[in-house]
Amino acid sequence: MSGLLRRMGLYAIAAWFALTLNFLLPRMMPGDPAQALFARFQGRLEPAALEALTVTLGVSTAPLGEQYLTYLGQLVRGELGISLVYFPSPVSEVIAGGLGWTLFLAGGALVVAFTLGSALGALAAWRRGGWLDTIAPPLLSFLGAFPYFWLAMAAVWLLGFQLGWFPVRHAYGPEVNPGFTLAFAASAVRHALLPGATMVLASLGGWVLTMRNAMMGVLDDEPIRFAQARGLPPARVFFHYGVRNALLPSLTSFGMAFGFVLSGALLTEIVFAYPGQGYLLLQAVRGQDYPLLQGLFLTITLAVLAANALVDVVVVLLDPRTRG
Amino acid sequence: MSAPANAPANAPAAASGAPGNNAAPAGTPGRRRDLRSTLGVVIVAGFALIALVGPLLVGDPTAYVGAPLEPPSAAHWFGTTGQGQDVLAQTVVGARTTLLVGAIVGFLVVLVGAIVGAAAAFFGGVVDAVLSLVVNVSLVMPGLPLIVVIAAFLPPGPVTMAVVLALTGWPWHARVVRAQVASLRRRDFVAAATVSGEPAWRIVVVELLPNLAALLGSSFIGATLYAVGAQVGLEFLGLGDLNAVTWGTNLYWATNDSALLTGSWWTFVPTGLGVATLGFGLALLGFALDERANPRLAASTGTGPGPQPTPVRRRALD
Repeated sequence: MSGLLRRMGLYAIAAWFALTLNFLLPRMMPGDPAQALFARFQGRLEPAALEALTVTLGVSTAPLGEQYLTYLGQLVRGELGISLVYFPSPVSEVIAGGLGWTLFLAGGALVVAFTLGSALGALAAWRRGGWLDTIAPPLLSFLGAFPYFWLAMAAVWLLGFQLGWFPVRHAYGPEVNPGFTLAFAASAVRHALLPGATMVLASLGGWVLTMRNAMMGVLDDEPIRFAQARGLPPARVFFHYGVRNALLPSLTSFGMAFGFVLSGALLTEIVFAYPGQGYLLLQAVRGQDYPLLQGLFLTITLAVLAANALVDVVVVLLDPRTRG
Repeated sequence: MSAPANAPANAPAAASGAPGNNAAPAGTPGRRRDLRSTLGVVIVAGFALIALVGPLLVGDPTAYVGAPLEPPSAAHWFGTTGQGQDVLAQTVVGARTTLLVGAIVGFLVVLVGAIVGAAAAFFGGVVDAVLSLVVNVSLVMPGLPLIVVIAAFLPPGPVTMAVVLALTGWPWHARVVRAQVASLRRRDFVAAATVSGEPAWRIVVVELLPNLAALLGSSFIGATLYAVGAQVGLEFLGLGDLNAVTWGTNLYWATNDSALLTGSWWTFVPTGLGVATLGFGLALLGFALDERANPRLAASTGTGPGPQPTPVRRRALD
């Protein structure tokens, strides 16, 4: 239990670090970013927006400690400032609009990659030295060496434009309205297939290798030999004795992988003009929309930390050995 | 500090660079390993050569030499970009910048990681506790958002790129080095050196460093791999120096000049293949070095999970 508490403490410190970095960055920036931004937006922004910008960027005469408290108070109320690109929408609203799409895409890709990769890894270990074991690891490593977004570009070009098999832009077609309809859901899934597939392809290798190594360790253990000696059907030995035990290391890295996949999703989304966090990130970078950029940083970081914490709890629930 | 339960040693991205891993099929493990490391050396050396002499052989990558988006031809082997520049020249010159920044960042990352990790293991106690906390906190932070937010606030350019990537890349290597030094410190030969009155610096340089060489080598390879991937990703986002010719900016301009819409595959395929092939070569090389650093890896052929290869945190972000 103390191990779990320590992990939670670690996440709390990481979250605090992210919050504080977010607070300090604009204030440590060389030169005077606020002035530069004011000059850029002068005449285009209303005074109220400039004021909001002032607060976000920390152009304030108040002592740093007081500013910090104000900032924390704003965060607690979910106030992340006003977006410049999507003026006058608050950053929190802009981010909330795209968060669902990213979680849908990245989460879906993660679950598929985990399931498929673990299955392949387990099978490769089961038939050690077989064709799957020989071909899959090097091939997937090579695919994993491509940047996610480059695989996405290649897929867009080949499967989208050349062959026309998949829609290549946006999260759903123009012919459907968002809502709880079957047509909308079908369109959303169809649009997520290609970006999701590129992410699965790029991250599959890691899951295969992790599972394969863990499974090999488990398969050499006494319980497996005993189960085989008892004449249990191979399928039962495979699933009940092998996979169940070998899955833990993969599960442990699930939270960490969420961070990787989410990061990969950001760049993949840009290629597909998918309206999630990555697309917003691009808009923020191009438009020098610092409030939006900072809001995205916080949201994504906190989401990853929360996912890690959740996985840690689940692992403790599943594995008695970690409860010591 | 014991390694937390959620150590990313098993993180999928960490392992994905290790083809045909420690449990290679019995029979010809030695030959396969040789083949792998030879292939790795050939690929990496090939790219180093291209980066070194290639730019002398191709023309100015920024010159406008033809019509925009021409497909590959005898005059322009890789075709032209959306602005009528030679793709071959851009790919070759891009390799130089990208490799150079990658190697420099890789070196910085390992240097910082080694110093922090060695200090933590060597001094122990409070120093270790604090440094380990910093390392662990940094490790659970997702890479790309952190890098993007820092890079966005600094003026774009290769120096910013190197600083940002070095700042965010070192923690993993600090953890690996710390573990290794901590284990070395307890060995008899270090105790013997201490008893015989050798000064601390001599113990570090003469006794510890040679034992760390292979580990640092494979860390350097892994860090370079990370730096190349991260750099390409950042520049693709538009956070690099857009006037420079690098692999990342090549891809950035390819998307901006709507290479995909017009079906101009030649503007992004050479660079992407370059990134991937180099990444694959570095992964192979790193794996070969790993086996040298840890002979037990090479010895274990399919008996249990055995020792894991030094986990290389790669592709924090792309």
